[in-house]
Amino acid sequence: METKQKEAILKISELIKKISKKEKTIMEFCGTHTHEIFRFGIRELLPKNINLLSGPGCPVCVTSQEDIDYIIKVSYEENFGVITFGDLVNVKGSEMSLNDLRILGREVHIVYNPFDAINIASKNRNKNYILIGIGFETTAPNLGYTLIKAKEMNLKNLFYYSLNKLTPPAMEAILKMGEVKLNGIIGPGHVSTIIGKEGWMNVFNEYKIPFVIMGFEPLDLIYGIYLLVKMIENDEAKLINAYKRSVKDEGNKKAKEILNKVFKVSDANWRGFGTLKNSGLFLKDEFEIFEIRNYFKYEIKSKKFLSCRCDEVIRGVIKPFECPLFKKVCTPHNPVGPCMVSSEGACSAYYLYGEN
Amino acid sequence: MNEKITLFHGSGGEGTKILIDKILKELNNEVLTELLDSAILNLKETIAFTTDSYVISPPFFKGGDIGKLSIFGTVNDLSVVGAEPLFLSLSLIIEEGFELSEFERIIASIKEASEIAKVKIVTGDTKVVEKGKGDKIFINTSGIGVIKENRNIRNRKIECGDLILINGGIGEHGLSIMLERLEVKIGDEVKSDLAPLNSLILPLLDNFKGIKFLRDPTRGGVATVLNEISKKFNFEIEIWEENLPIKNWVKEASNILGIDPLYTANEGKVILVVQRDEAKKVLEFLRNHPLGKDANIIGEVKGSGDKVYLKTEIGTRRILDTLKRDLLPRIC
Ligand code: SF4
Ligand code: SF4
Repeated sequence: METKQKEAILKISELIKKISKKEKTIMEFCGTHTHEIFRFGIRELLPKNINLLSGPGCPVCVTSQEDIDYIIKVSYEENFGVITFGDLVNVKGSEMSLNDLRILGREVHIVYNPFDAINIASKNRNKNYILIGIGFETTAPNLGYTLIKAKEMNLKNLFYYSLNKLTPPAMEAILKMGEVKLNGIIGPGHVSTIIGKEGWMNVFNEYKIPFVIMGFEPLDLIYGIYLLVKMIENDEAKLINAYKRSVKDEGNKKAKEILNKVFKVSDANWRGFGTLKNSGLFLKDEFEIFEIRNYFKYEIKSKKFLSCRCDEVIRGVIKPFECPLFKKVCTPHNPVGPCMVSSEGACSAYYLYGEN
Repeated sequence: MNEKITLFHGSGGEGTKILIDKILKELNNEVLTELLDSAILNLKETIAFTTDSYVISPPFFKGGDIGKLSIFGTVNDLSVVGAEPLFLSLSLIIEEGFELSEFERIIASIKEASEIAKVKIVTGDTKVVEKGKGDKIFINTSGIGVIKENRNIRNRKIECGDLILINGGIGEHGLSIMLERLEVKIGDEVKSDLAPLNSLILPLLDNFKGIKFLRDPTRGGVATVLNEISKKFNFEIEIWEENLPIKNWVKEASNILGIDPLYTANEGKVILVVQRDEAKKVLEFLRNHPLGKDANIIGEVKGSGDKVYLKTEIGTRRILDTLKRDLLPRIC
């Protein structure tokens, strides 16, 4: 890193220490922010009166147990393979995770690019595949595009299970519930790149809370936090885009077009929140042929874990170390809840970087 | 049609002979040709003995293949304890359906690797398993090396103030394999760092008495090895992010995938704990060797403790713990 940049970071950190008088709680909505703040040791540069809280910003963490159970059930229908991404494979449903399923010999592909789903399905035409669409606004366009292509190719053996969720409704839910008193919000950088500053307007206008969209570099973070602190100290509330090199006011038009073409907005089930109105992306009529829910309508009754407190971690009500299982029973090696599974999850960040 | 390896090749009879002949053609030497039930070796000094199994998908990758990996991996395990690698065993478990031509490629690559590393393959075995019972090909190698008295570093004491060095770029093997597996289009500079370390380590030990500990950071990566050192010897270690040699493509790939190079495997790297007053000279020595061009001093042994800290580029300090999970690319 350039010395100039380093100096700037330290200077801003001093500035924050100087102006920060009030006790304040700031939520980083996004899991990557939580992770990067720990990774760069940003907390060390902040005064004690700033309390950083992790929010629900990781798609793996907010996936409900019912959804995992549904996917596992489908995989037991005749001839079904599962195609999914990253950490989702390690989240437990009532009985097991997708990874356990794989160990039992079921076909579970972990892919990085959704396009691999097309490759897999077109190579094995006599088998059916369920592609798990997981992610927020950031990943949904890519998944949508995959379905557009699959439709063009007339792929008949690929099905879709949407876990695509919209972030503003979750933010709104947290503010509305008021379980935690937030003084400022670190707005997610990647999501905002798609939905733009505009995407947050409604939530902001309703709750008028200092809100800064930030990037992920140390300078982005410290400067963004400075902007928040300044607003909080001055009792003003603005929605500021401090990540202009990536986030435009109107967002990414092309990505939004794809979202519009493929998905419609409807209610979705979130871990920690239950059903949130208009918070999920589901397939439009033209793409309904892919909709797995049309083929298998199960009544899912998931068994709840007794003492995992992920629900509260996700809503920012408790910090990971307040969960009695944290570090004792629940570790990244043997995760009880998704917040420990996901590398972006709050529990795993607290565990990995030794904060408690 | 390309010839494939079938269960016939594992029958022990004529079929197996085909495989063995192909191996002998390449790896021939006076001990192996005897084809005794055990290789008979003459050794006088202190002996180091190690074994490792190699399973990697894909078996051919940029910068090497499973054959080279199985030779260099074992050579490196011997080298880091100060042993001069001499003799290796080679055991192949092949899945039915594996292309015979690929088998030949692997054996040729093993020959090349054993010549580079100056080791002899003196005994071995082949087995063929049914389709679906193995992942193309598994290789096990065991190795024997001798440790000359001056190279025996086992009882040297690590002390406060000792410096930590590495001979070059971090995370290259793991990240290049990951990119390849994900079929991400990759540039020419992206490749595994696979290399045999004996030509670097043995002369180093001959020249410097202040080398106290060596370990090759393979699975689990640099972070895991540092934690092992810290916990085994009860010292706190501090690593300086600014000094870590990490190539740009590694940085980029790790950003995209969300995978930290400090936790990814290396196959041609060694971490050294060196007495402070010799560290500069050791560094110079490393940098003059083809396998140490990008070497650097990356941290130091601090007071007692059992944790590794990373001093970040911006001057903050955070814990660098051991690897706690599978490495999976992040979703977003
Ligand atoms: S950008 Fe990635 S990490 Fe951040 S909220 Fe979105 S999904 Fe989570
Ligand atoms: S520590 Fe484990 S059990 Fe507790 S909330 Fe986090 S993930 Fe759930």
